[in-house]
Amino acid sequence: MTSREEILAKVKTNQPGPRPLPADLSTVPGGMDSLTQFKTVLTTIGGAVVEVSNFEEIAQYIQQEFKAKKRLISTLPELASVTESGWENKDPHSYEDVDLAVIKAHFGVAENAALWITEDLMHQRAVPFICQQLAVVVNKADIVATMHDAYSKIGDAEYGFGSFIAGPSKTADIEQSLVLGAHGPKSMTVFLLG
Amino acid sequence: MSTGAKDHAQLSDIFNKDEARVDWHDETLWFVRAKRDKAAHSLPEWETLRETASQIKDNVLSNMHEYLLQFEANAEKNGIKVHWAANGEEHNKIVHSILKENGVNRIVKSKSMLTEECHLNDYLHKNDIEVIDTDLGERIVQLAEEPPSHIVLPCIHKKKEEIGELFHKHLGTLEGASDPVYLTAAARDHLREKFITRKAAITGVNFAVAETGEFVVCTNEGNADMGAHLADVHIACMGIEKLLPLRKHLSVFLRILTRSATGQPITTYSSHFKKPRPGQTMHIVLVDNGRTTQLGREDFRNSLKCIRCAACMNTCPVYRRSGGHSYHTAIAGPIGSILAPNLDMKNYADLPFASTLCGSCSNVCPVKINIHEQLYKWRQVIVKEGYADPKKAIAMKAMDFTLSNPTIYKFAGKAGRFVLKHAPFTVNNKLNLWYKHREMPEPPKQSFGEWYKQNNKND
Repeated sequence: MTSREEILAKVKTNQPGPRPLPADLSTVPGGMDSLTQFKTVLTTIGGAVVEVSNFEEIAQYIQQEFKAKKRLISTLPELASVTESGWENKDPHSYEDVDLAVIKAHFGVAENAALWITEDLMHQRAVPFICQQLAVVVNKADIVATMHDAYSKIGDAEYGFGSFIAGPSKTADIEQSLVLGAHGPKSMTVFLLG
Repeated sequence: MSTGAKDHAQLSDIFNKDEARVDWHDETLWFVRAKRDKAAHSLPEWETLRETASQIKDNVLSNMHEYLLQFEANAEKNGIKVHWAANGEEHNKIVHSILKENGVNRIVKSKSMLTEECHLNDYLHKNDIEVIDTDLGERIVQLAEEPPSHIVLPCIHKKKEEIGELFHKHLGTLEGASDPVYLTAAARDHLREKFITRKAAITGVNFAVAETGEFVVCTNEGNADMGAHLADVHIACMGIEKLLPLRKHLSVFLRILTRSATGQPITTYSSHFKKPRPGQTMHIVLVDNGRTTQLGREDFRNSLKCIRCAACMNTCPVYRRSGGHSYHTAIAGPIGSILAPNLDMKNYADLPFASTLCGSCSNVCPVKINIHEQLYKWRQVIVKEGYADPKKAIAMKAMDFTLSNPTIYKFAGKAGRFVLKHAPFTVNNKLNLWYKHREMPEPPKQSFGEWYKQNNKND
């Protein structure tokens, strides 16, 4: 008998009688306004909120705040004028020296300030993790209240890889002191658009 | 972890020699527990979430056969190679063979308690494969040549000065430097070089979805993602109990996991791996290692619902004051004490006794595992099977004899009161283990039985 057969046989013998799945949960109404909550939580977890009304403002902000930086990349054609061109189809290791990556999120979640980003929006999976600083653009209208709404939105969408990203990379492994910038981005800026 | 023949009480004695450090450890973990409370209390639906999570996991256990088959089929359809390992040794062999096939002898690994449970690092080391743990806390204990003492906060027992010394020795940081920001920056540089140069990455799995064949890995540091997305080969190791039926069930678990663990609303990264990226190979190793046996133990199967948040450790008065290493097993604390005896009842017979049975663990558990009740049940099984500490077994037998003989019970009570009153030195000494951290009580003048008789007569 292979281990597979052995494990499956043992599971079948030992698993208890049927237990039903519980009812699905949904967002409890009456909470804080989603946009306000998203901004509050993002700030608490070390992210920065920048409210903008169009991509020109984003481009301006990037030029102003990141002008000293060498490598700026973006998956957004609207930001082509302020970011590097032709970076896309390289070995992912080559993004190690990217100072700022600007990408788009499908939506954000108010309760934890997480942004849902799938592979197609990253262009390469390594991008939002390997860059020194990360900026994400999300429409103000696309902030949902809780993770229940988030998964309703995701539904049965097809993706190879997707991630909820909430704030900059961090660690508190040394005596519970919070340090931003463990292995991934040291900062996270969210452009709330609209 | 080899600790010789020392049991939890003896290992705690070692930890307890430095009282100031015990206080510091206790307070640090209580601080984390308090953060968990704040996060839980901020959601009015918290108890509904716990109940729902618990019921989803009950369903998983009751239908695990079907879900495993479904997960396997979907993962393979997604282009992931699925392996099955009956035990730790087979798991290690599978991982090793994948690495050998790919000609890899240096790898990065993000946190996986399963690989700790299987002692993968030792195995690979013996086979000339270098493993770099990339979670900062895990890297610290790896440099110190120690096992993690906590499943979420692996080096919670270490002071920053000790970490500074380790980094000075291994990473060349300034002597005497202990600033967490400085040390973390040094670790970042050190580990970035590893991420960039290693061709294979191992990660754990927090949740695996039967419906879609995807798996989710949660980290704050981003080390699982850095490893996986830069490596040609990604191996994800998971216990068979990590399954969830449907993708939407992740909403419940991602809401409770980190709130229970550290009080954060969610980890920085909750990454959903469904398919390998073009040119990459992705493997999943499904591991039993005693889980199917535990599934068959009615009283203990609920322990398989655990999502490894460590809330039970942070709240446990025994864990906080004895330290993770005193449990001499990969998963310490209350949950570890009900998982370990399933793997080896003799070796871990002491662990279910390392508890006051206060019940705080069960109260904070996000999937409502009846941890303290299982600890109590394990004690009974262990004594019955003859694995209990002989001193405890004799004491229990003596108690059983005394309590089932009214004459002897009355005499024993009288004798006890006499001794405490007239010869307290015979019990207030080192030979009496109970006296070690306590004062013996003032003896009452008479027993309740005597008092009742007297007062009844007066009526």
